[in-house]
Amino acid sequence: MLKFATPPLARWAPAVLAAFALLFAIACSDSDSEKDPDPEKDTRIGGSMILATTTSTQDSGLLDVLVPAFKEATGVEVKVIAVGTGAALEMAGKGDADAVLTHAPASEKKYVDSGDLVEGKLVMHNDFIIVGPPSDPARIKGLKDLNAAMKAVAGTGPFISRGDDSGTHKKELELWKAAGVDLATVKSREETGQGMGATLNIANERNGYALTDRATYLSLKKNLNLEILFEGAKPLLNIYHVFLVSPTKHTGVKEPQGRAFVEFMVAARTQELIGAFGKDKFGEPLFVPDAGKSEDQLGQ
Amino acid sequence: MAELWDGLREAIRLVIEGDATIREVALRTILVSGSATVLSLLVGVPLGYVLARGQFPGRNLALSMVNTGMGMPPVVVGLVVWLMLVRSGPFGGLELIYTRRAMVIAQFIIALPLVAGFTAASIQALPRELPDLLATLGAGRVRTLWLLVREAHLGLLAAVMAGFGAVVSEVGASMAVGGNIKGETRVLTTAIVTETSRGETASAIALGLILLAMAFSVNLALTVVQQRRRT
Repeated sequence: MLKFATPPLARWAPAVLAAFALLFAIACSDSDSEKDPDPEKDTRIGGSMILATTTSTQDSGLLDVLVPAFKEATGVEVKVIAVGTGAALEMAGKGDADAVLTHAPASEKKYVDSGDLVEGKLVMHNDFIIVGPPSDPARIKGLKDLNAAMKAVAGTGPFISRGDDSGTHKKELELWKAAGVDLATVKSREETGQGMGATLNIANERNGYALTDRATYLSLKKNLNLEILFEGAKPLLNIYHVFLVSPTKHTGVKEPQGRAFVEFMVAARTQELIGAFGKDKFGEPLFVPDAGKSEDQLGQ
Repeated sequence: MAELWDGLREAIRLVIEGDATIREVALRTILVSGSATVLSLLVGVPLGYVLARGQFPGRNLALSMVNTGMGMPPVVVGLVVWLMLVRSGPFGGLELIYTRRAMVIAQFIIALPLVAGFTAASIQALPRELPDLLATLGAGRVRTLWLLVREAHLGLLAAVMAGFGAVVSEVGASMAVGGNIKGETRVLTTAIVTETSRGETASAIALGLILLAMAFSVNLALTVVQQRRRT
């Protein structure tokens, strides 16, 4: 005769299941409550939107300052999707985002021409820098000519590349091209396929050179034995634009929220926040606010 | 190495001081992964039972698929769910992308084969004649399933642990379909990625230790239940 002695599961299962079902209800209802219109705020836009952007704006912490300020001003919840610029633009091209904040003017232009991105505005800039081991085997420190520096690095390596179609990766490819260096001839060039932080860590371990935006380098500097070896050339400007994803081409786009974000990014108060960001932590601002300027005016 | 100790100290400090953000992220992690695990149990246990006891054409094929699914890379699940839910995808209109629900869906899919596979294995380990015996004793179908599940509880709790362990520790799918949005879909694993890329190694390690402690507590509780009868 079979005996079903002490059935622990039978005793526990209903309680455990009930507890989890409750958790599930909370987990799901939570996301709804955020969409509920608050009667006191109904003059504001409210709702939510998707911002596709580059990793540098998130990793530097800038968006942690700007997104709450935007929410306070408009009631709009911003879902920040931090991916490489290539992936962010791709999302815009499919209408999977409402606004983009990216830093690859040449690639952005293609999406403006195809009508996927509209109402673009110059937001800010900082600069790219070439970092490398203090021993500087390619002897680029002190060089004035960017192309010469790139050629020297190509001769010695190792060069650690993002390789992820990000704005930084696109810039790197531009620089090799401008210097007349064939990619295949760059000594020990490796592609990480990862974000700027991970790539800098790998460059650090390999005693390699890397192209990075200044903001990410400054925020990671304390963990790195890499120095700034080249800076200041005009092609190294790192320019950020904000765009609305075309609501006429992509009907799902949340036009009021997206447009409000674009306008917010160039508003005087936001520009002040951008200009001040990073001063307390790094002793210098990470970005230069540029609203209303033209690209040609930058880096003078 | 120093970072590891810094991380440990940071973790203890965060836990003792009860850092609000971390508590919120940890709670969200349990909610999302717990929900996904429960859903996968509701579907996976009956499915595993049918696979173990059912006789139908293609049963071996189905079992092999479940067994393959047990090793499915979460990031692939994430990619497919992302493609389904993203605004330009077939289910984009539901506006589920970058929500906790989307994360629950992806984690449910990851946990399901684990739960079904473990269930099937533990039911099959029972004496073959047991269902017939129960039937002759007058148990109906549902009751038979329930009694078998009860008998197989060792294996089933292993299924819960495997399912929960898999989803609570995965990062690829949560990142893809949740978007790692601060205050909304950021869970412990994706927070670790963010802290790492920000160079905040100590807090990344602290979060890792909290994740480990959480997984350990859940497994400890389940193991205590599982082993109770053996003492």
